[in-house]
Amino acid sequence: MSVVGQSAPSDIGTISDPDVVVHPVVRRSGVDRIFRSVATSSGVITFILMGLIGGFLLLKGYDALKVAGWGFLTDSEWAPDQGGKFGIAAILPFTVQIALVALFIAVPVALSTALFITEYAPRKLRRLLTAMIDLLAAVPSLIYGLWGLFYLQPRLITLSKWMANHLGWIPFFHVDNQYGTSLGIFPSSTFVSGVIVSLMVIPICTAVMREVFSQAPPGEREGAMALGGTRWGVVRDVVLPFGRGGIIGGSMLGLGRALGETIAVTLIISPAFTAKWSILDQGSNSIAALIALKFSESSTFGISALMAAGLALFIITLLVNAAASTVVSNSRSGSSTEI
Amino acid sequence: MTTTLNTTLNNTTENKINTEERIKIRDIEMVDVIVMTGSAISAFALSYFFFQILLPVSGALGFLVCWYVFFNIISTVAVWELRGAVKAKDHLARVFIWTGGMAAVVPLILVLGYVIGKGYHSLRPQFFTQDQKYVGALSKSTEGGGAHAIVGTLEQVGIASLISVPLGITTAVYLNEVKGRLTKPLRMIIDAMSAVPSIVAGLFIYAAWILALGNQQSGIAGSLALAVLFLPTVTRTSEVVLRLVPGGLREASLALGGTEWRTTSRVVLPTAKSGLVTAVILGVARVIGETAPLILTVGGAFVMNSNPLSGKQDALPYFVFRLIRFPQEAQVQRAWTGALVLVILVLVLFVIARAIGGRGPDHISRLKKRRLKRKGLA
Repeated sequence: MSVVGQSAPSDIGTISDPDVVVHPVVRRSGVDRIFRSVATSSGVITFILMGLIGGFLLLKGYDALKVAGWGFLTDSEWAPDQGGKFGIAAILPFTVQIALVALFIAVPVALSTALFITEYAPRKLRRLLTAMIDLLAAVPSLIYGLWGLFYLQPRLITLSKWMANHLGWIPFFHVDNQYGTSLGIFPSSTFVSGVIVSLMVIPICTAVMREVFSQAPPGEREGAMALGGTRWGVVRDVVLPFGRGGIIGGSMLGLGRALGETIAVTLIISPAFTAKWSILDQGSNSIAALIALKFSESSTFGISALMAAGLALFIITLLVNAAASTVVSNSRSGSSTEI
Repeated sequence: MTTTLNTTLNNTTENKINTEERIKIRDIEMVDVIVMTGSAISAFALSYFFFQILLPVSGALGFLVCWYVFFNIISTVAVWELRGAVKAKDHLARVFIWTGGMAAVVPLILVLGYVIGKGYHSLRPQFFTQDQKYVGALSKSTEGGGAHAIVGTLEQVGIASLISVPLGITTAVYLNEVKGRLTKPLRMIIDAMSAVPSIVAGLFIYAAWILALGNQQSGIAGSLALAVLFLPTVTRTSEVVLRLVPGGLREASLALGGTEWRTTSRVVLPTAKSGLVTAVILGVARVIGETAPLILTVGGAFVMNSNPLSGKQDALPYFVFRLIRFPQEAQVQRAWTGALVLVILVLVLFVIARAIGGRGPDHISRLKKRRLKRKGLA
C-alpha cells in the first residue's frame, strides 16, 4: 500500500504534505443535529441498559449477599429458603468444569473447521460449510438439549464407562462409586452436559478463527508456497502464527458462552452441591441451570439469592469476554505482519 | 507491484506460460488417490480382522474408529515411503482437518434429523389452530395443539424486534456514521452485552420489570428480556454491514451537498439494505428459540392468551421445555411436535436470510424493475 502512496504524482504539492490535516468546515443543518442526537442517544441507551443490568441484579441480590457475607463464595450448599447456608463454592467449579469440557471438544473441532473452510475446502463446499456453521449457531440450545438428553446421552455413557474403566487413573475420570461402574451412574454428568454445550460453542469459535485466518497475509502465504512448502507447511508457519490471537480470543469467547449456557445444561444435569474432580459420574450443576431450576420454587429471599448468583455469573462472563475481545482486537491489528 | 503479483498468483489457472499450457496447482495427484483407496481397503480389512476375529467385541462405532485409526497409520506410512516425511505430515494434517470440518457438520444433521423423526408423527394441522384447553396429560398426543404458544412466541419476538431493531440500527449508525467520543467504549459495551447469558437477561427483567415496577409475568416481560438479548446482536451485525458500504459513496453524497442525514438515509442505509435485513432475520432466528429468559418472565399457560400486555402467556420454546419433562408419553410427544415446529421456524427464517443476503447491493428486484420501467429509467 505504502508503495502506491509514494509513487503517486506529487504535483498536488500543498495537500500531499502528510503533516497538514485538512479540517473541512462543517455547517450542520437542524435536521442533521437532530439526527446526530438521536443516534447518540440510542448509543447512550445501550450504555444505560448495561448499567441497569448490573445495578438491578446487585440491588435485588443485595439482601441475600448481606446475609451470606463471604460465605457466598465459600459455602457449597444452596438452601436460602430453609434458612440454611448458600453459596457458589460448589456450583461455580461445576460451571467451569462443564465449560472446560465443552472447550476441550469445541476448540480442536472449531480450529480444524476454520482451517478447512479457509485453506482446504473446495469453493462450493466452503460456502455450504459456512452456511452449515451459521445454521449450527441458529439452532436453539433447547433443541440441542433435547437431542442430547434423548439421543446422545444413552450412547455417550458407554464411552463414559469405557473412560472410567480404562482411564480411571486420571483424576477427572476416576469414578468412586459403591455401585461399581455400571452404566446407571454415568448419565446427567458434567461430561455429558459439556459435550452438548460444545455444540453451541463450536460456531462462535469457528466464526472468530475463520475471520482471523482469512486475514493471513497472502504475500507470506504465497511466499511459503513458492519456497516449496506444502499446504500444511503454509498453515503451520503462516496461518497459525498469524491467527494465534484469534485462536485464543475465539476460545475465550466460546468459554464465555459456555459458562452462561442454560437450557441444555438444565435438561441434562441432575443437580449436585458437592464439588468433585470426577466429571464422568452423575451429578453436576451450573449457575445458570441452578437459576432456571430453583426459580419457580423460591421465595422472595430465595430469588434474592438467585439474583446474587446471577450477578456472579454476569461478572464472570463480562471479565472473560472483555479479555477475549482485547486479545482478538489486538490480533487483528496485525502489526507484525506488514509486508 | 504487490497487487500484480497477487493477481498473477491467484489466477494461476489463467496464467499462460510460453508453452500455452495451463498450469494447475494440484494438491492431489493420481498417486494420492491410489494410496488413499489402498489404505482405506487395507484398513477396513485389518479392522475387520481385529474386530471380528481377534476380539470378541462388536459395535459400529468402535469399528469405524478402528478403521479410521488404521487408515491414518497405513496411509501415512505409505505416503512417507513414497514421498518423504514432509509430504506425510501434510497428508496427516489434511486428513485431520477434513475430519474436523466434517465433525462440525455431522451433529447438525443428526440433531435436525432426530427432531424431524421424533416430531412429525403427531404434527397435525390443528397444532397451529388449537391450544391445550381441553387436553389432559393422558389424552392422545395428536389432540390439541400449540397455537397459544406459537402466538405467544410470535408476539414476544415481534415486540422485541420492534424495540431492538430500530435501537440497534441507530446505534450502529452512531458507531459507523456519526461517530463521537462514545464510539470506542460503546463498542466494548456492546461486545460485553452480547456475552450476557440469556438467563441473566431474564433475571434482569424479572428484577426490574416485575419486582421493582410491580408488574406481573406477561408476554411483554418476555419481549423485554428477548430485546435485551437481541439488541447487541442487531447492533454488531448491522455495524459490520454498514462498514462494508464503500466510503466513496458517502463522500460523493457529501460532495454533492447532501447533509449527513440525507447521506445516511438515502445512500448508506439503502445500499446496506439487504445486509441489514439479513442481519435482522438471523437475529430473529436466534432469539426465537431462547428459552431461559422466558422461564422467568412469561409465566407459561396452556390456553390462548393473545394479549401480550397482561396475563401469563406461553411461548413455543417454553412449551417444549415444560412438556418434555412430564412423565406421560403423550406430553413428551407434544413437546417433540413443538420442537419440530420451532426448528422449522428457525430453518425458514434462516433460508430467507440466506436468500436475501446472497444478493448484492446492486440487485434490482422484479418489483423495482417494473417501477423503474414505468418511470422510463430502465
